[in-house]
Amino acid sequence: MEKRVVFRSAWLPYALVAPQIVITILFFFWPAVQAVWYSFQLQDAFGLKTQFVGLQNYANLFKDGNYVDSFKVTALFSVLVAFFGIAISLLLATMADRVLRGAMAYKTLLIWPYAVAPAIAGVLWAFLFAPSIGIVTYVLKGWGIDWNWIIKGDQAMLLVVIAAVWNQISYNFLFFLAGLQSVPRSLIEAAAIDGASPLRRFWTIVFPLLSPTTFFLLVVNIVFAFFATFGIIDATTQGGPGQATNILVYKVYHDGVKAADLGGSSAQSVILMFIVIALTVVQFRFVERKVQY
Amino acid sequence: MKIKALTVALASIGLFSTGAQAQTEIQWWHSMGGALGEALNGLANKFNAGQKEYKVVPTFKGSYPESMTAAIASFRAGNAPHLLQVFEVGTATMMAAKGAIVPVATVMANAKEPFEPKAYLPSVTGYYTDQKGNMLSFPFNSSTVMFYINKDLFKKAGLDPNKAPRTWKEVQAAADKLKAAGQQCVYTTSWPSWKHIENFSAWHNLPIGTKENGFGGLDTQFSINSPQHVKHITMLSDMAKKGQFTYAGRTNQGDAKFSSGECAMFTGSTGAQAGIRKAGKFEWSINFIPYHDDIAGAPQNSIIGGASVWVMGGKKAEEYRGVAKFLSFLSTSEIQMEWHTTTGYVPITQAAYEMTRKSGFYDKDPGAELAVKQMTNKAPTANSKGLRFGNFVQGRTVIEEELENVFSGKKEPKAALDDAVKRANEILRQFEAANK
Repeated sequence: MEKRVVFRSAWLPYALVAPQIVITILFFFWPAVQAVWYSFQLQDAFGLKTQFVGLQNYANLFKDGNYVDSFKVTALFSVLVAFFGIAISLLLATMADRVLRGAMAYKTLLIWPYAVAPAIAGVLWAFLFAPSIGIVTYVLKGWGIDWNWIIKGDQAMLLVVIAAVWNQISYNFLFFLAGLQSVPRSLIEAAAIDGASPLRRFWTIVFPLLSPTTFFLLVVNIVFAFFATFGIIDATTQGGPGQATNILVYKVYHDGVKAADLGGSSAQSVILMFIVIALTVVQFRFVERKVQY
Repeated sequence: MKIKALTVALASIGLFSTGAQAQTEIQWWHSMGGALGEALNGLANKFNAGQKEYKVVPTFKGSYPESMTAAIASFRAGNAPHLLQVFEVGTATMMAAKGAIVPVATVMANAKEPFEPKAYLPSVTGYYTDQKGNMLSFPFNSSTVMFYINKDLFKKAGLDPNKAPRTWKEVQAAADKLKAAGQQCVYTTSWPSWKHIENFSAWHNLPIGTKENGFGGLDTQFSINSPQHVKHITMLSDMAKKGQFTYAGRTNQGDAKFSSGECAMFTGSTGAQAGIRKAGKFEWSINFIPYHDDIAGAPQNSIIGGASVWVMGGKKAEEYRGVAKFLSFLSTSEIQMEWHTTTGYVPITQAAYEMTRKSGFYDKDPGAELAVKQMTNKAPTANSKGLRFGNFVQGRTVIEEELENVFSGKKEPKAALDDAVKRANEILRQFEAANK
């Protein structure tokens, strides 16, 4: 028996997907094409004078040692955000899944942070960790730790990673919780009867069954870390100290929106686009093979 | 019946809109939030109440870079505002956009509005004037950098609280004493590039860049890696190593460190006074910024920060007449004095300064006058009338990154300043190519 829905009308299916296609073209493809076009141009801020410069914007970027360094910073940041974002939310979801009393309250509270915009998340954490007035700074001082991310690059990185992870945990949590609830009870019970410890049951049964969810979240979190985190950076470190937290997307934002350098900024966003496309392809080709649906 | 009602409705809308058209609207986009925004709205209301022909409509558009971005986008879409407040680092970008702006001098001349450039304070207007002496944009809110000390902490360390250090040698001597007395944060600063590179250069009559700090052409280059600059940054770096200089961040984060009583000495904008008055539970004083007495000619005069108002292009002659009237209104001594005394920004005309002095305001608030005195300490030279570097938003970021590399101990001062010059010059060349 044919499981797919078959439309009798020739045009109806196209009409139904048309709004989605139009939105995708208008808000995703068209700007992407424009970015590519702008990246070959040199323009003044007001767009009064435009010159075609070929690949010069790209050449300028790679001549700049700081831009190349910013790849390393971005890689470190994305790996940290994706890893801790996924690990912590998986832990929280497993815990919340076991709670019997007041489960709704826990779940709601854990989902809350997702409603907070990244920039606000950045401000919140920046306040807590502020070098002279932050509460956390005060506690750390009591422990003899000199906390000053204004001048210490490692601490600045830690701060933006914490803010980004905190912001993303709720989203990951939701998916993990849904994933956990679809793991068949019978499998876990059977393993329990065979004498497998809770930890063993988790790693041999639950985790493999969650692998589609984990894989999906890995892709989403990497994309989040690459694209959606400039608000956090802008509200806290603004890329500093030095270049310690100057991730690629923040430089795109700074050069394009703040400094009105459209050509350079477009070239950077095209490069960023190719990196993310490449990463996603790699993930689908190689990581997905290990996923069991 | 229905049709009749509709006609009446349409007619009344028509009447209403002609009524509104009789008054020419002038859109003014700005970045003054909070109390400053209220003061700005007060100016517009006063102008609107004083005559019937024009109506100035101020709109808050977010931070300085945000307003500028919004105006650039609206210009590209063909509906820019008439007036736009732009921060000082955006000056070169605006100036180069010849079709997008109209020089203030031209607006005044075309509208036959009486306009005397000599009436304005040269150290304020010089920043916004071309080499032929034409005023390009209207200086609106100008501040400068000052040196503040916490008198209570000075007393505690056994220093004379009424003798603020005048030179960097004296600052270091005071710093040693303060540190010895157990003071955690001895000295901090806001706006590190503005204070320790841009104003350091002007105050010591050293060029920030070639071609008269960029006034003389787009083919300018930075010269902030001179031996004097390296010496100054080395001194700061040494103070940081000894725990006598606490780096606070790229913008005004230093303000809170001083007003909370955490730091004993501080360099920050004249605008920081409001916050110190509100939060500071200690005796403090405002002073000239320190100088190096071994650099000949110092102290020269300090340069301004803040913003000016640009007139955008492509509007009707009638609207420009309104703009000219409004700028004349802003230049009157009464309005200048009101703005100066409520906000702490410096007055822009000699007459307004005299008027404020005669009113006795400076007896109550000596800090307000000190800023004017510091800016007019000597007649501005080519090195101290301001700076004009293309894309200085990016240029300043580069300088600040390199300063941070020094203060975090990653780079030696000489290497960092050399790198700053190299990287910032690339940005200038890019700007030059885009605006040829």
